[in-house]
Amino acid sequence: MSEAVIILSIVLAILVVVATFVLWLTKDLLVAVLASAVISLVSSIFFLILQVPDVAITEASIGAALTTGFFLFAMKYIGRNEDD
Amino acid sequence: MNIESLIFYGVPIYLIFMGVLVVLTTKNLFKMLLGLSLMNSGINVLIVALGYVRGGTTPIFSEYPKIYEKVVDPVPPALVLTAIVIGLAFLGLGLSIVIRIKEKYGTVNVEKLKELKW
Amino acid sequence: MIRKFLYFVILLAFSFFIYAVISAYFPFGENTLTGVAKYYVDNGVKDLGGINIITSIVTVYRGFDTLGEVTVLFLSVTALAFTLLGFKVERRTLPNPTLIMETGGRYLAPLIMLLGAYIFLHGHLTPGGGFPGGVIIATAFLLLFVTQKVYKLRKIHLTVTEALAGSLYVIVGLVGLYYVRSFLGNFLQTGKPGYIVSAGIIPIIYLLIGFKVGSELTAVLKNLKEGGDEH
Repeated sequence: MSEAVIILSIVLAILVVVATFVLWLTKDLLVAVLASAVISLVSSIFFLILQVPDVAITEASIGAALTTGFFLFAMKYIGRNEDD
Repeated sequence: MNIESLIFYGVPIYLIFMGVLVVLTTKNLFKMLLGLSLMNSGINVLIVALGYVRGGTTPIFSEYPKIYEKVVDPVPPALVLTAIVIGLAFLGLGLSIVIRIKEKYGTVNVEKLKELKW
Repeated sequence: MIRKFLYFVILLAFSFFIYAVISAYFPFGENTLTGVAKYYVDNGVKDLGGINIITSIVTVYRGFDTLGEVTVLFLSVTALAFTLLGFKVERRTLPNPTLIMETGGRYLAPLIMLLGAYIFLHGHLTPGGGFPGGVIIATAFLLLFVTQKVYKLRKIHLTVTEALAGSLYVIVGLVGLYYVRSFLGNFLQTGKPGYIVSAGIIPIIYLLIGFKVGSELTAVLKNLKEGGDEH
């Protein structure tokens, strides 16, 4: 793989590490759902770097759009704070 | 242990174990579902990364009479395509059960749910 | 707080051990195609006529796994509708949308549905296929649910589409059993690779899967937003 792709992968890996820490340590569930959408987006870009565009389209549309939609519709009934 | 192997194997394994950690250390049922969805993403990336061929290209022969020499393994993406959609379906089912628990007991904290039992 | 970080350190050590084992047995990028994968890559276009090898694996070579996946999707969506039966939504749960959101959503939704239909119709020529196409159609309905003040979608349309698409999938498999002596076998001619009317039964199967997945996920969104039916 060329140099530019490796530098892009390193930046994305740092983004994943930061996003997982935010998801683990926050007490607000809305922030956690948005961090999960960021992790799905980065997984989709990894699928594109590994040369399989079929799985990249599927993961982008499911992880970023529909999973967030399910979580947000359910969060109206459950409540936004973790210690509830 | 070069930099490519560290990123493309290390990040999925890190995602799987962070998912396990979120499930273990939280007391809220909704956050446990978020941890399970993290584990799902990690495993799918790991399976596709095991089938990469260095210098290979995607297995779609757009200019048909010309065959590419090196293509990426086509069997793991065919399995992962199915697995991603099934992960979405079971997440929906888990959310509906958590909604019903909140309606009946008033809380989704696992410690308080154990009190209400007897 | 200290205990959480102790768990994190223990799991990090464990994951480093797993990474070392995997990276020693399967070095990254040293995979060579042998056996079944080599047969699919060499003979996939000659046998079936579709130039997307992943698509022809999912529909024809491993078609039975796709039938199992369609069954699992149907089962979990039915169980979700059954769990939320009689769940009443007392108050309106989304705030009122503004005029810009309402008009913009009404203009964007048909374009998104057109994109989804393009992706599942050209499944044998370009990346994509039936599953992402159906999901994008469900995303268009999600946009309409969120941005319109009142959006009524009758449940009977969704359930009839889903049931018809699922039954036709099994019937196509049985027709293959009658003509070619194998369930879900290819019984149409392959045509010239690269044209849209080619590749045997692959466009038909992806059409049915696109309709089925789209209507199922729209039914799930409707149940989560407005509660289930009456008891």
